[in-house]
Amino acid sequence: MKTVSLTIDGKEIKAPVGEKVLWAALDNDIYIPHLCARHDNSAPDASCRLCWVEIEGKSRPVTACTETVEAGMVVNTKGQAALRLARTAIELLLASNEVDCASCAKSGACELQKIAAHLKVKLKTRRFKKILRHLPVDSSSPLFTYDPNKCVLCGQCIQVCRQRLGIGALGFAHRGFNRRMTTFGDQPIGQSECQNCGDCVAACPTGALCFK
Amino acid sequence: MKATGLPSVASTFQKIKGQAGARWQELQDSRAVIMVGAATCGRAAGALKVLRAFKDELKKQNLDCPVFEVGCMGHCYAEPIVIIAKPGYPSIVYQQVNPVIAQRLVREFILGDDSCLEFVLGALEENELVPGLADFPRARFEQKVILKNCGHIDPEDIDHYIAGGGYSAFVKALQLKPEQIINEVKKSGLRGRGGAGFATGEKWATCRNAPGKPRYVICNGDEGDPGAFMDRAILESDPHSVIEGMLIAGYAVGAGHGYIYVRAEYPLAVHRTRLALSQARKLNLLGKNILGSDFSFDIKLFQGSGAFVCGEETALIASLEGKAGTPGHRPPYPAVSGLEGKPTLINNVKTLAFIRHIIDKGARWFTGIGTKNSPGTAVFALAGKVVNTGLTEVPMGTTLRQVIFDVGSGIPGGKPFKAVQIGGPSGGCLPESALDLPIDFDSLTQAGAMMGSGGMIVLDEDDCMVEIARYFLEFTQRESCGKCTFCRLGTKQMLEMLAEFTRGKGKIKDLDTLTELAEDVRAGSLCGLGRTAPNPVLTNLRYFRDEYEAHIREGRCPALMCQELIAFYIIPDKCELTCDACVGNCTVEAIYSHPKKRYKIIDQEKCVKCGTCLTACPPQYNAIVKLSPPTEVPK
Repeated sequence: MKTVSLTIDGKEIKAPVGEKVLWAALDNDIYIPHLCARHDNSAPDASCRLCWVEIEGKSRPVTACTETVEAGMVVNTKGQAALRLARTAIELLLASNEVDCASCAKSGACELQKIAAHLKVKLKTRRFKKILRHLPVDSSSPLFTYDPNKCVLCGQCIQVCRQRLGIGALGFAHRGFNRRMTTFGDQPIGQSECQNCGDCVAACPTGALCFK
Repeated sequence: MKATGLPSVASTFQKIKGQAGARWQELQDSRAVIMVGAATCGRAAGALKVLRAFKDELKKQNLDCPVFEVGCMGHCYAEPIVIIAKPGYPSIVYQQVNPVIAQRLVREFILGDDSCLEFVLGALEENELVPGLADFPRARFEQKVILKNCGHIDPEDIDHYIAGGGYSAFVKALQLKPEQIINEVKKSGLRGRGGAGFATGEKWATCRNAPGKPRYVICNGDEGDPGAFMDRAILESDPHSVIEGMLIAGYAVGAGHGYIYVRAEYPLAVHRTRLALSQARKLNLLGKNILGSDFSFDIKLFQGSGAFVCGEETALIASLEGKAGTPGHRPPYPAVSGLEGKPTLINNVKTLAFIRHIIDKGARWFTGIGTKNSPGTAVFALAGKVVNTGLTEVPMGTTLRQVIFDVGSGIPGGKPFKAVQIGGPSGGCLPESALDLPIDFDSLTQAGAMMGSGGMIVLDEDDCMVEIARYFLEFTQRESCGKCTFCRLGTKQMLEMLAEFTRGKGKIKDLDTLTELAEDVRAGSLCGLGRTAPNPVLTNLRYFRDEYEAHIREGRCPALMCQELIAFYIIPDKCELTCDACVGNCTVEAIYSHPKKRYKIIDQEKCVKCGTCLTACPPQYNAIVKLSPPTEVPK
């Protein structure tokens, strides 16, 4: 496989031609916060807006999941402008998330906790108002529960269900602030096409999908 | 794709043009031609009733005159507009015509020879009888290029368009090499009229040079900004100009299929565009081997389902493909990988309408209009607090003052100007100090606003800037698809803050949080909707910060607009004791008479601040005022 050399945070690394900066960094133990990215995706979703990096020669921060590696590229994951955007994004997500780590089954393995710690952002953000949607929890599946109030709309579950398993029980519905992950016709998951494989639960980075 | 058999293309078209010309001439030779302005603006004002009245009266009088619908002339404030062309007279434009006036016009002007000057707006030609429209103050600043046909031809009759020189540019283009056309468009410096102002020629070249076939041409008619109606007017008044632009574009980039994406909320535009497509197909101006050449191109019309975000090109393509209208990351740009992953050229309605003129008159003619970096004309939809609401087309570089005060005749009631919201929810609010700014793509961006698609909403002293920002943000927040974090949650947080301010709540330091967040939403959003959504707020904060501070610090709305910060009050000395207009009109029985002195008093507890009493109070008393903050009401 052809590779190119680039520098991320001062560390010289090699990455396959055509690879995105995000995966090149992660493969070399350089962490960049991310929620929606999947390595097996042909086109990046680029919706969580967390993986900001600065690249020499570019005037503005860019998302690492959409940027293809180039020979001699110099990437900085700790630039102030990039961190500012990433912090605002995680704070926005936290401000509209239930964040009850004390009673959440995912606590300790939750990506939100990890990202907040990495970016040095408090889980209970003060900058923004808490705006919750107070949606009902769906526990109709025999295998897992779905709490939409803890969902960050990263789409990991949908992509697993659709691409890897070819089921397509899950999808996005509604617009704007009301957008949510749900089933066809907003049916309870237990009455949908769901085959109870549990792969979506494994893919969920937050406490939105948890095994019973 | 080389066009072979050139002489036959030209001669085939000559035959079509000859027939169209003959039909047009026949019109001119009739007793009189009656044209009723029946675009959406005219219809809303009652144009269809007027049309019926003309037809009925002509029948009654046994007259055989052609009566047909035309599109929008731009003078929307004077609708319904009727143009009567009678041999021996100039073509006279009548304003605010109703069925009774229509009857009179038939009896007195068409049958008799009284041209009913009392209903006249102006004449189309220079003459001694009626002042010409060319003598209007606005005519000094206007230059109609793509609006030239609008309101003067029947959009449902292809012959009108052809007789006026239509499709000649396309026939000319067929005899050029695609590269020559792209070069001409490049040289013209035409920039996309959808809002961002990207160089059209560059886009065409990128699309042509991109590998992959088939290629597509899409016309973006998903105009959705509040207060913008330029694309609608063009599709309703002159749909063939857009089709011709698409044909030329298709030939230039090597595409075989085109789509016109129109929002379903524009039923008349959809109907007329569909009709235009079928008429063009009948004459083999669309379809296989157009006019005997080896160029084949057809266009389908696609109705958008009313999502503002589908005006963004990647979302538009997703919607065309039958997916949810959510945008994707660019690059790759649609010109390289668009519809079904193929090279796709997307241009706005107005951009495409310019093409025939550039091919016809040449790039040099085009660069002679407007400014150096933004050549050509700009079409604006004037709305809000302006006397002459409607459409106008002026050369780039015209100042805001000229557009608002000379073309638009200023603000009704002579009230002072406060701001102009330009570019809709993606644009910004510019204050009086920006009035002498020559309008072009770059100057507006520098001032913090944006050309956008060309909506211009004029605001006066009665408009609260905080509320305006809240209104536009509510729009973008509602229209956000919700895919990316910044747009979904960032605009929601911003909206919450602004809503607090309009209620007199919040803290001064919230203004800094709001500014920071607005900057981050602008930098961090996935698509153009999110990236421009903060513009109204940021320009507003930049130019009208004092209004925000008045709301937060004093609970006062300087424009007396924010409901929770105002109170209605009846000035006892001005109140006419025997008049009960306010009492009778109050919807919640909040107004009562003083037990002894008889003047009226508003029970502030009951009052819902609907403002009905203020309008009901006869102007000679003018006793009711709005006060802010509500604590200003004397005990």
